[in-house]
Amino acid sequence: MYVAVKGGEAAIANAHKLLGDRRRGNRDLPSITLDQLVGQLSLAVDRVMAEASLYAPHLAALAVKQARGDMIEAIFLLRAYRTTLPRFGASRPVETGEMVAERRVSATFKDLPGGQVLGPTFDYTHRLLDPELAGDGEVEAALLSETDGEPLMRVTDILAHEDIIESSRGAGGDTPLPEEPSGDLTREPLEFPMQRDQRLQALARGDEGFLLSLGYSTQRGYGRTHPFVGEIRMGEVEVELDVPELGFAVSLGTIKVTECQMVTQFAGSAKAPPQFTRGYGLVFGQSERKAMSMALVDRALRADEFGEDRLAPAQDEEFVISHSDNVQATGFVEHLKLPHYVDFQAELDLVRRMRGEFEAREAASLETDNASREAAE
Amino acid sequence: MTHSAQASASQAPSSQSAVSMSAACVEGGFSDPVMEAQVAFRALMDATARPGSLCDLPGSLAPPAPLPEGLGAVALTLCDPDTPVWLAPAYDTPEVRGWLAFHCACPLVTEPAESVFAFAPAGADCPPLTAFNSGTQEYPDRSTTLVLAVEALEGGAPLNLEGPGIRSRETLAAAGLPEGFVAQRAENRALFPRGSDLLLVAGLRGCALPRTTRVTAASTGTSTDEGAE
Amino acid sequence: MTGQAQDIAGGMAAYNFAYLDEQTKRMIRRAILKGIAIPAYQVPFASREMPMPYGWGTGGVQVTASIIGRDDTLKVIDQGADDTTNAVSIRAFFQKVADVAVTTRTREASVIQTRHRIPEEPLTVSQVLVYQVPIPEPLRFLEPRETETRKMHALEEYGLMHVKLYEDIARHGHIATTYAYPVLVDDRYVMDPSPTPKFDNPKMDMCPALQLFGAGREKRIYAIPPYTRVVSLDFEDHPFEVQRFEEPCALCAARDVYLDEVILDDKGGRMFVCSDTDHCEERRAAGNRGHLAAEEAYATTEAAQ
Repeated sequence: MYVAVKGGEAAIANAHKLLGDRRRGNRDLPSITLDQLVGQLSLAVDRVMAEASLYAPHLAALAVKQARGDMIEAIFLLRAYRTTLPRFGASRPVETGEMVAERRVSATFKDLPGGQVLGPTFDYTHRLLDPELAGDGEVEAALLSETDGEPLMRVTDILAHEDIIESSRGAGGDTPLPEEPSGDLTREPLEFPMQRDQRLQALARGDEGFLLSLGYSTQRGYGRTHPFVGEIRMGEVEVELDVPELGFAVSLGTIKVTECQMVTQFAGSAKAPPQFTRGYGLVFGQSERKAMSMALVDRALRADEFGEDRLAPAQDEEFVISHSDNVQATGFVEHLKLPHYVDFQAELDLVRRMRGEFEAREAASLETDNASREAAE
Repeated sequence: MTHSAQASASQAPSSQSAVSMSAACVEGGFSDPVMEAQVAFRALMDATARPGSLCDLPGSLAPPAPLPEGLGAVALTLCDPDTPVWLAPAYDTPEVRGWLAFHCACPLVTEPAESVFAFAPAGADCPPLTAFNSGTQEYPDRSTTLVLAVEALEGGAPLNLEGPGIRSRETLAAAGLPEGFVAQRAENRALFPRGSDLLLVAGLRGCALPRTTRVTAASTGTSTDEGAE
Repeated sequence: MTGQAQDIAGGMAAYNFAYLDEQTKRMIRRAILKGIAIPAYQVPFASREMPMPYGWGTGGVQVTASIIGRDDTLKVIDQGADDTTNAVSIRAFFQKVADVAVTTRTREASVIQTRHRIPEEPLTVSQVLVYQVPIPEPLRFLEPRETETRKMHALEEYGLMHVKLYEDIARHGHIATTYAYPVLVDDRYVMDPSPTPKFDNPKMDMCPALQLFGAGREKRIYAIPPYTRVVSLDFEDHPFEVQRFEEPCALCAARDVYLDEVILDDKGGRMFVCSDTDHCEERRAAGNRGHLAAEEAYATTEAAQ
């Protein structure tokens, strides 16, 4: 059925044509390839994968290109694609202890088995713009230390040996064991209070900037947790899927993740011996800032488990989780530009009416004043 | 962007584990799962929105006996791995289990109160309405929908229906309703907003009695659940 | 296409009829049935990411996608109009993914998705009205916590809402809520009718059509069955009343309809025209003429839109 629609349709089509034109930019220059984006803007690609909850570097690169570099738009594009994908099952929990780590640092011990591995980090770079990078100069090959391929011992495991840190199940013991199914907030309706597994899922796909600010706020006293970076590690982990028909797990390949374990305070109680507590962050790709922020916020949100007063924004589960999703946030903030003239008309009418009543009252009281003054004279 | 029915057809659950995959299990689904599920759902939605009105369910399916085809159509339309299903003993056969496992992949539960959907023939085999899950005061939606096979939806003793979805009063004359049905409904209504919801099915015709519908015997003309109001 | 581009395009899944996969539709369909069974109770559902932004109608789109079939005729309005950009975009989406017939005629539509208005033409028993809802919780602006508002609904504890409305009267002499005006449905749940002007509230009461509400970002679905009592909250000394316009539609001369104010110049010149574009066109086609219904007035409104 053909329906003639005035204006709107053509305007939208033209706007999108202009968007395409501006996205392509100068036609004399070659179009950016996805391989270039994956290779040279890899941290942007990583962020899109992390907050879209889909590990697919080339699709994430496509999203970045389509979004003209707008990260939240790219995350949105990849999420909207993710939601249409069939689900085959849940993988086994990735074993970050077995990670082939490209980077591993600890702030709690000077040295430890496996050592400090700096890896490809911005840390200690002097933030001076490098004119060399404006061109396409030769780049030296990196020197890599020879690793024996042995997995690096986790700092939290070292503390756990001594029994001075809580178990990874959490004080409440409500973090699911590896063999227990964990929640999935993309498939189940959200319900407060949440379990820690769902909360961590929400944080893992939450907005990096929002979590950064919340994490920062805990350091400045709004829900202080006395954090130490027990360890940050980044590298490849294997993803395995149990196949019931086969009776064993099949490797699906490896993904790059960044993990942060914060070692945080806990004074203990009459019943529980004094021990350190944990905040946990795990993010797709290389994103230390996000993993650290997530770990800080995870710990802050566990206030109830440790009998801490929930006073600061970062400790408020409903506040944090309801507002951490940037795709939701941007949609609702930006929807204010949609027409609202029907509602505005209703408000306009009421304000005009109240204004009329106000002016009538003013005029009436002025008249009374004048009348009483005249009577007094 | 294209649209195709293949995406969902290929989603037919593959949990073939313990169930022996006889032809009866694999066959007898909707011939066009996407469009027929839509037609069936719209019929059920309209029926739920207008309690007492009769709807037609699509009939291209053939569940194994003794599961009536109308109940099979409801199962194919609404049940999946997220909906625990309770089967009345009369329907609980390996063939029916196998068919549901293949087409819906729904978990089967032994307690009526644990089910999201329950399938039963009207009669002694069906527990009273209050035996099913009536949800909680905070989450009254987490309740059972009972799908009950009756002899016919017309020609029985008339019942008066009132409540949301009904302009003033509707009459339902289903044949073969359980003993004490009016009293059971009153008990269920008294739980509101909690309560179980009911779909009556005869052949490929259906009729919904959501928890809001007040049911009274037409002959006496008095409401038996006035005390519940 | 390059080899890589072909690989990516080939690896991407084809979309199902009406975009959503069947399991998602079943989940939403179950929520809709429970919503109808418990009028105005907000059923939580696992809202999906849609290919349009949250806040732009994803809840309504998911509801429509779950109910729509080949025999349906769809109308989409925003602010009462079929040609507002977001309405155009949503209508085009369903034409693309469900190949569905569309119309701008209210009476020809079997499913009407709306943002902020209820059509002027009375709806019928064979129609479904799907509302796009931004904030489904009527108590949200009084109590931001879901854990608290859920309790209040469970206990039917709506005193706070009445206090708020009464405070308005004390401060302004009026209930200062002009849209998203709360209603009591079937004498049990207080409900947010979505940001429709309160002018439209009476149309919800005993409406012959099924009314479905979808809030995608907030992950809630709720419903008003046909012929259900919907009462706008008020007080004996301050009864609920709707906005009245002093002048009729400048184009079709309709009275007792909701009007948009159209600014004509920067010297206070303005006209009022029907917000419901279909209603206005039908009236003009039937020969009704407003005081500005001359050709130049048409030109002015077209330009203003």
